[in-house]
Amino acid sequence: MNILYDERLDGRLPQRSKDEVVAELSRSIPDLNLLHREEDLRPFECDGLSAYRVLPMLVALPETLSQVEALLKQCNRLKVPVVTRGAGTGLSGGALPLEQGVLLVMSRFNRIVHIDPEARIARVQPGVRNLAISEAASLYGLYYAPDPSSQIACSIGGNVAENAGGVHCLKYGLTVHNVLAVDILTIEGEHMSIGSQALDSPGFDLLALMMGSEGMLGVITEITVKLLPKPETAKVLMASFDDVEKAGAAVGAIISAGIIPGGLEMMDNLAIRAAEDFIKAGYPVEAEAILLCELDGVEADVNDDITTVREVLESAGATDIRLAKDEAERARFWAGRKNAFPAVGRMSPDYYCMDGTIPRRELPRVLKGISDLSRHYGLRVANVFHAGDGNMHPLILFDANREGELETAEALGGKILELCVEAGGSITGEHGVGREKINQMCAQFNHLEIATFHAVKAAFDPQGLLNPGKNIPTLARCAEFGAMHVHDNQLPHPEIPRF
Amino acid sequence: MSDQRFPTQDALDSLRAQVRQASENESPLRIEGGNTKAFYGRPVAGETISTIEHRGITHYDPVELIVSVRAGTPLAELEAALASEGQMLAFEPPHYGPGATIGGTIATGLSGPRRPWSGAVRDFVLGVRLLNHQGQEHRFGGEVMKNVAGYDLSRLMVGAQGTLGLITEVSLKVLPKPGACHSLRLDISLTEALSQLAKWGQKPLPLSAATWHDGALHLRLEGGPSSVADTCRMIGGDSLDNAYWEDLREQQLPFFQQNDMPLWRLSLPANTAPLEIPGIDAESLIHDWAGCQRWLHADVNTGTLRSICAQAGGHATCFTPDKLPESAGPFTPLEPMVAKYHDRLKEQLDPQGIFNRGRLYAEF
Repeated sequence: MNILYDERLDGRLPQRSKDEVVAELSRSIPDLNLLHREEDLRPFECDGLSAYRVLPMLVALPETLSQVEALLKQCNRLKVPVVTRGAGTGLSGGALPLEQGVLLVMSRFNRIVHIDPEARIARVQPGVRNLAISEAASLYGLYYAPDPSSQIACSIGGNVAENAGGVHCLKYGLTVHNVLAVDILTIEGEHMSIGSQALDSPGFDLLALMMGSEGMLGVITEITVKLLPKPETAKVLMASFDDVEKAGAAVGAIISAGIIPGGLEMMDNLAIRAAEDFIKAGYPVEAEAILLCELDGVEADVNDDITTVREVLESAGATDIRLAKDEAERARFWAGRKNAFPAVGRMSPDYYCMDGTIPRRELPRVLKGISDLSRHYGLRVANVFHAGDGNMHPLILFDANREGELETAEALGGKILELCVEAGGSITGEHGVGREKINQMCAQFNHLEIATFHAVKAAFDPQGLLNPGKNIPTLARCAEFGAMHVHDNQLPHPEIPRF
Repeated sequence: MSDQRFPTQDALDSLRAQVRQASENESPLRIEGGNTKAFYGRPVAGETISTIEHRGITHYDPVELIVSVRAGTPLAELEAALASEGQMLAFEPPHYGPGATIGGTIATGLSGPRRPWSGAVRDFVLGVRLLNHQGQEHRFGGEVMKNVAGYDLSRLMVGAQGTLGLITEVSLKVLPKPGACHSLRLDISLTEALSQLAKWGQKPLPLSAATWHDGALHLRLEGGPSSVADTCRMIGGDSLDNAYWEDLREQQLPFFQQNDMPLWRLSLPANTAPLEIPGIDAESLIHDWAGCQRWLHADVNTGTLRSICAQAGGHATCFTPDKLPESAGPFTPLEPMVAKYHDRLKEQLDPQGIFNRGRLYAEF
């Protein structure tokens, strides 16, 4: 099923002529940079999920808060939908434009407003790159913990919108655990500060509600993040396995030993080969799976933990265990993992990155299921996996120039996500639902739960103008989607507990 | 895996029936668990709905670091089950009495001394099951560490004090207990303590609690045996009984006892200087959470106290609201814009105002 906005399933969108909107916005906000010619709009037609492209009606590139405020007020008055985007690195189509909508690009809000090393916080604008925060904080021996693989390019506003993660999440948490406050503008153009520099605020946890809300409840204009002291040391072990299942079991054994690694990542043979071919990380290309286990903290503790983890890995049947001998080798080990996506991209004209989570114990069963599905659909799948927290990233290799192959990849991706839900997991761990997984939301949530999500949306955006069609499917879409997957009004695999 | 030592009981049907009845009659409900935190908030009029019969660990997988537990389960039972696997609730929730339940822990959202280093209740909530205003069961989040599908209604329930729905079950992330724990007492001044904590905070030290009161800084070090021993040597001071932290958390220290004046909890940004509150000696406060959570007994003007906290970027909560004039309210009033969206959320999620009406604020 095509994931582009379908008014029949996703709801009618207001119809305003482009000329009218351009004229109104130009008149009321004369200093706002508006793009409306097709050649100017073309660079903005997709985010990181580039298989799907839509030319927005127009693009607004504000530089001041008052411009954003005025833009939202006008769009609210004219009933024109607003899709907000930052660096556009999102992988679930969360910032996919709408033909009838304004694309609000926040990339010019790229200032680090203030760093307070003693309070260990940074106030930043939404367009600041994730890595730039850690770079600025490193002067004080501090850093910002969540580290999506795209951290060199992705913006913190988008991280908040998608509740982004990364390899450090098991120990240091997702974006939701590392943000203290956000300022937002509502669709009515009103300012609201949520959270504070204190560790809690009176009332409901609206801050948690904003995290991962995909630009549907408000436009984020400033973010206060927590900074952490840089660990004194970080060391990484690489363990090779001749069997994926053994590698999966080793993950559980490490945690059972009472150790929470700073990062615990797994790659299968296809991903290992791709990364090695691209980065020359020194990976064992014959291994069926490798585990990268990073231990960070105070030097003495890290050395103790390395001894323990080595013993655990040996008992778990690792065929080879290597400790990165210096910082350069440690960086190389991680470079292979962090570049696994582009590395896999070199093996195939296109790839489609999935993002499901499962309980770790289900890993062998789910990997086998993916392998069966891969054979059934005739497309190769490489697996990289945040093993510590059960977040899988199967990469489906395909060629969009071959008739029907994109659709096959989509169908295979959908099946993989449903497999994750069936195993007790979720259709997304850190990339968000966006437009990509809108149908699979109907597999994870029933109609009552989806109605409650719509109730939350209605509290913040009664006219449904902020990023319509993302994150939460309409019940009409679920009914349509259900026609393919739901039997006798039952969810797929009703016998399996989903909680 | 469930722990056979403790009784389990599924009372979902009767809870559902009671909510449905209340919905049909449009009559308000007052949610109660162990009734240990009833003092915390505004009084609620309504028929009592008790979660106490809905109890037991439904799923505990130590390897996955996950536990799912029914709302009425005594906190002490949950903690005992985790301890037998060498694990813990890292947010160290206060009990305030032997009957404390996990449902009340989530609903009130209170965290203990480890909070600035480990995170709050909400940081460990992975999923909830709840009954909505029509008695329909909803599941949000789940039993996996990462889940960003849909809006985060699980965390929205934390601290909402039951005003948005009846929590029936919760899934939590648990953590291994640290390998070593040692507490210290240093006789240093408040100013010196706050400045030292700001410096230590920028270093990767194994700190897990830091409280100044009674003329001394009290510290807890937790982590690997080597780093705890090294840090003890570096900091010096006298050894302190680890039981101190439980006394602090449970408000059993002499400070909390026998005082007729209202008890206030101030929540402030890190590195906030000692506050100048009229008639109050800054050294009479307990400065917990490395200064981010402060306790004081004071018969001061509520508005003045709240405005002093607001100027510092924080807020003030009264833990003995019965000692305040009714108009004052235990919780800091919300900014008008924030209040507007609270009203709208309540209207959307509990349109008949059945659940704990007025518990947080008179308006909802």
